[in-house]
This record gives sequence, C-alpha cells and structure tokens, in this order.
Amino acid sequence: MTELDWSAIPAALPLLGRGARVTLEITGAALAGGIALGTVLAVLRVSPARPLSWLSAAYVNTFRTIPLVMVLLWFFLVVPDVLVRVFALPRSADVRFTTTVVAFVLFEAAYFAEIIRAGIQSVSRGQLSAALALGMRREQAMRLIILPQAFRNMTPLLLTQAIVLFQDTSLVFVIGLLDFFGTADAVGRRDGRQAELILFAGAIYFTVSFAASHLVKQLERRLAT
Amino acid sequence: MYHWRWGVLLEEVPSGGATYLDWILSGLATTVAASLAAWTLALLVGTLMGVLRTVPSRTLRAVATAYVELFRNVPLLVQFFVWYFVVPDLLPAALGARVKALPPFTQSFLATWLCLGFFTGARVCEQVRAGIESLARGQRAAALALGFTLPQAYRTVLLPLSFRIILPPLTSELLNIFKNSAVASTINLLELAAQARQLTDYTAQPYESFLTVTALYVGINLALVALMHLLEGRVRVPGFLHGHEERDGGGAPEVAP
Amino acid sequence: MISIRNVGKWYGAFRALRGCSVEVARGEVVVVCGPSGSGKSTLIKCVNGLEPFQEGEIVVNGVSVGARGTDLPRLRAHVGMVFQHFELFPHLTVRQNLTVPQVKVLGRSPEEAWEKGRALLERVGLLAHAGKHPGRLSGGQQQRVAIARALAMDPICMLFDEPTSALDPEMINEVLDVMVGLARDGMTMVVVTHEMGFARRVAHRVVFMDEGQVVDDAATDRFFAASGSERARQFLSKILTH
Repeated sequence: MTELDWSAIPAALPLLGRGARVTLEITGAALAGGIALGTVLAVLRVSPARPLSWLSAAYVNTFRTIPLVMVLLWFFLVVPDVLVRVFALPRSADVRFTTTVVAFVLFEAAYFAEIIRAGIQSVSRGQLSAALALGMRREQAMRLIILPQAFRNMTPLLLTQAIVLFQDTSLVFVIGLLDFFGTADAVGRRDGRQAELILFAGAIYFTVSFAASHLVKQLERRLAT
Repeated sequence: MYHWRWGVLLEEVPSGGATYLDWILSGLATTVAASLAAWTLALLVGTLMGVLRTVPSRTLRAVATAYVELFRNVPLLVQFFVWYFVVPDLLPAALGARVKALPPFTQSFLATWLCLGFFTGARVCEQVRAGIESLARGQRAAALALGFTLPQAYRTVLLPLSFRIILPPLTSELLNIFKNSAVASTINLLELAAQARQLTDYTAQPYESFLTVTALYVGINLALVALMHLLEGRVRVPGFLHGHEERDGGGAPEVAP
Repeated sequence: MISIRNVGKWYGAFRALRGCSVEVARGEVVVVCGPSGSGKSTLIKCVNGLEPFQEGEIVVNGVSVGARGTDLPRLRAHVGMVFQHFELFPHLTVRQNLTVPQVKVLGRSPEEAWEKGRALLERVGLLAHAGKHPGRLSGGQQQRVAIARALAMDPICMLFDEPTSALDPEMINEVLDVMVGLARDGMTMVVVTHEMGFARRVAHRVVFMDEGQVVDDAATDRFFAASGSERARQFLSKILTH
C-alpha cells in the first residue's frame, strides 16, 4: 500500500479556492436558470392547450433521456461554433463558460420541471376552481394561488435536486473546464499526489452534500408540522 | 456553412480494418456490457443494504445507512476517479501491482463496474427500503405469526411484494445507470460517449457522430422502458396496486395486530 | 337573471346532465336537492362556466355562458361561488383572501378592498381573525370567510355548492344564518344543499334532480306539501327523518 502524503494540500488551497468559486458560480447560475425554466415548462405541461403541453413533455423527455456528459459535449463542440459564426464573436474561454452554464440550465430544467409539475398537481383542484370562480384568469390563478402553494410543497425536493446539481457540476471536467474537482485533479497530477487530492476533493464534496441534505431533512420535518 | 457527410460513418478508420460505424457500435457494446454488469452488482448490494436498513438490529441499520450516505454524497465523477486512480494504490502491494498490470481496458472496465455498481446500489437500497416500509405492517406480522423466521419472511413475503411496488422507480435507476456509464469516458473506457468524442477528433464531422450517438442513447432508453413495461405486466398481482395508486402502500389487506 | 335551458353534458360516455331547464329571477332563492350523483353539483358549476356543457344554453344576466366569445373571467367576477370544501387560499391570510381577488380581478385599490373586506368580515362576525391563516380557523369560520370573499366582489348572484356538507353538525347553523341573512337582503341565490330547514325558511322554490334530470321544480310550500313526484317524496322521506 502506497503511503499517502497530504502535505501538498495546504499549498494548493488558493488554487483550489478558485476552482471552488467556479463550481459555486456554475451551481448558482444553473440553479436559478434551471428553476426558472423548469417552472415555465411545468406550467406549460399542465396547460389545457395541447400543443404547449406536448412541446413541454417532448423537451423534458428528451433531456431526461440523454446523459449530461453528452449534453455538455454538444454544447462544448457545437454551440460555440454556431455562436461564433452567427455573432462573429472572438473565440475565448468566456464563451465556453457561458455555453456550459446554458447547457446546465437546459439540462437541469427538465428535472426541475418534473418536480414542480408534481407540486402543481399536488395542490387540490378546488383551489384552481375557487380562483377561477372569483374571476381570475388562468395565468393569474397560476401565479397567485397555485404556484406559491406548489413551491411550498416541493421545497425539500427542489433543494435535494439542487444538491444533485451541485455534484453534477463536476462533470465540466469532460470539456476541460477547471472547477473544484478539475483543479484538485490537475494539482494532484502536477505534484504527483493525485490520490491525495482526489480523496481530499471527495471529502469536501461529501461534507458539503451531507450537511446540506441534513439541513433539508430538518426543513422537511419543520414543514410537516 | 457546415458540410453534412453522413457517409463518413462508413469510411475506414486510419488504422484500417473497421469503419467509424464499427467504432460506434463497439462503444455501444461496451456501454451495454458495463451497464448491465454494474446493474447486477447494484441489485445485489442494493437489496442487501435495503433489507439491512429495515431490520431490528441497530448496528446493521447503521452500517447500511453509512453505505448510503457515503455513496450518495460524493459526485459520480469523483467516485470513478477514486476507483480507478486511488484504490489500486491503496491495495496491499502485491494485489495492487497485479491490478496495475492488467490491460488498460480491463482496468477501466473493472473500475466502472465497481463504481457504477456501488453508486447505483445506494440508490437501489433506498428504493428497496421504501418498498419494504410501505407494505402494511400487517404483512410482516402475518408472516411472523405463521412461524416464519425473519429471513424467511423477507424472502417469501416482504421482498417479492416490495419489488413489485418499486418496479417503476427501479426502472428509473436502470435508465440512470446507462446514462451514468457515459462518465466512464473520463477513466478511459471506450464506451459510447468516448467514441463520439473520438470520432469528432478523427473526422472533423461532429454533427454526424454526435447525432448518431445521441440517437443510440435514446434508443437504449426506449428499449429499456419497453422491457420494463413487459416485466411490470408479467409480475402484476391482481387486486394489488393497479397502475399507479401505490402512494400509500397499495391495497395490501390489513391484518389485525 | 339566470336562465338554464335544456342543458346536457357528457363525461365521455357518461351522461351527467340531460335536458335541464331552470329559471331563476332576480331576488329569488332556489334550492337544488337530490340524491348523490344526480348532477346537481355539476349543474351549478356549469352556471359560471367552471364545467363546460355540450347541449343547451345558460344565460346569466344577459351573458351566454357557453358562447364562444364570452369573457368567462369577467362573468365569474360578478357571480359569487361558495364551495363545499371552502377553498380559502391557505398561503394567504383571511384579510388577503378577501382583498387580493378585489385588487387583482376588479382593479380596486388595496385601501378600497380592505374597506369592503373589513365591513364584510364584521358582518359575518370574524373581523378579529383577519390576520390569521385559514388553517387556524374552524370549518364553520372558514366557510363564513369564504362567503365574505365571494360577497366582496359585489356579485349579482351567489351560487352555493353544498356549503354545509363538509361541516361538523354544530357549525352548520352559523353558516346557514349568514345565508339566511343574505336571502333576506334580496340576493339572488342558487343553493345546492340537503338542508331542508334552510329551504323552508328562505327558499322561494325547490328544484329536485335525479340521474341528471330536473324532476321537480315547485314553490317551496307545494314541494313540501307532498304534491311532488314519487321520487322527490321518496328522497324527502329519507332525509327528513333526521
């Protein structure tokens, strides 16, 4: 068994910190965008207008069938090319980051959409009837009455998906973007201490995810009362 | 303007002896093999752990809980790296050397099998646990009252019923394993996603290769869903969980305590 | 005011309503009763377009409910409805339940809306609970708030879908008293209910439905004086022995 030498880690912390920032930035942007788009998709899915409902279902089913790795590769290899051609932008790393975030938003939105849809359907039908009976238009009823209740019901599930999203961001590795894990691995290889850095990164992810999921469980218990 | 050239798939690869399409198909074969192997492991480990989470013994429950928490809170990519890069180093010297001497493909496949197996096993564990817990307490009580030992009760009554309840979420996990196999491309397994990448490098025709690979993933998904549907139909118990009303554990008759 | 003419409705192959016709004049109080499954709830939900119908027509204050171009939200803003399960909005306070629809649908200012809301809460005796969420109120209190919410919209008529069926017996009267008060003030009301005491007190007419059809439609006295149909008398005998 090889000896593990952890001494490389303290020196690497500033670099790792920068990688962590990338992870958090992607997570934050994908979370906000994913929930926003997911809400739109969920509302369309339950709409009485068949074409809209069908479109939403097609979108969600498509993105839930394809691996995230493929979606990231698509956006890495295909989209920047398209953007550069269409908008005559300079080829820079910036475009890569943006398209990565877009890829995550589009992908995660499909998963958020299903959670939010379940949330909408968990609100009793009578609520919609009451809102319509008062003269609200369907859009108003959704916005003021149904969605607030749906989100309240689904908060624990949304947060759990957020934790999954946080872990998913590590996959930017496949397109060479250096997030927390990518940085850790790169430093490990540079210093010949790959095993230690990988284990360290794993431990950090574990701590954050474990703590977060515990908080969610506590929240769940509070909401159930 | 992009020049579409679907014929590129039928061109021979530089090293000769195969077409690019053959490469894609070999990637498909690897994906299927790795996923199915991992699924078997996941079912075994997951069922065991799922049962352990519901037994009276505190220690056993804690062991199973620790397993689930460990494999659920670390990203899949990191787990792949641990199995591939770290575990061989942590093994006793002789065993470690043997592993590192294996052909590269075997090393990648082995790591993929173990990683996906244990990762998915944690999720299967939770499904099995939920399934067992959702059965009316009466089922367990009735089995024990008839004189079954606890293991017999699990084998004869609790597990068979639970599995029917959890077929839908289990199907999701099966689909997930095929999707997650794509991450194995990062530890040099030449599965489907890796082939898509390789083809793009060799042919400079990204759209054709990507579309083909994406279509194959969709195809796998559809095939699996159809298969599971068939299975669901075959094992359905009449009067117990018609369709999707299993929210509160189905219609299992309550036995007076 | 409300004109229901030959209304028919299907759910797939199931015939929920068949040739239903009822006329309700301004200021009239009409009670609709019948066994469960008779279609009375369905019919009342057709009046404000919550349920679509395939045959016949319904005209409310000159507006045809089933016509293609009708602005249903606009119509519903002026027709009050009270539900069996109250359906107060749980994430809003009692006060907000009353003011939000006024502000968002009728475009009133928040001050105006609360002026109105306050007066109505006082009328139903629940002003002290304005800051609470519906979950903290009893069923009877919730239903009274629900009635106030509907009245806050200044409706031209009120529809009640089994307003007391989900209440514990001791709370039924507090709700019925509010409804009696409304009737005595001249509100046009259509009430689906089993509460025959209420019918006797304030209803001008009683409509009896069975299996999707209007079987009886008579002035209250005549209805209770055993001169109605066989089916109606059977029904009455069953429920009046309570």
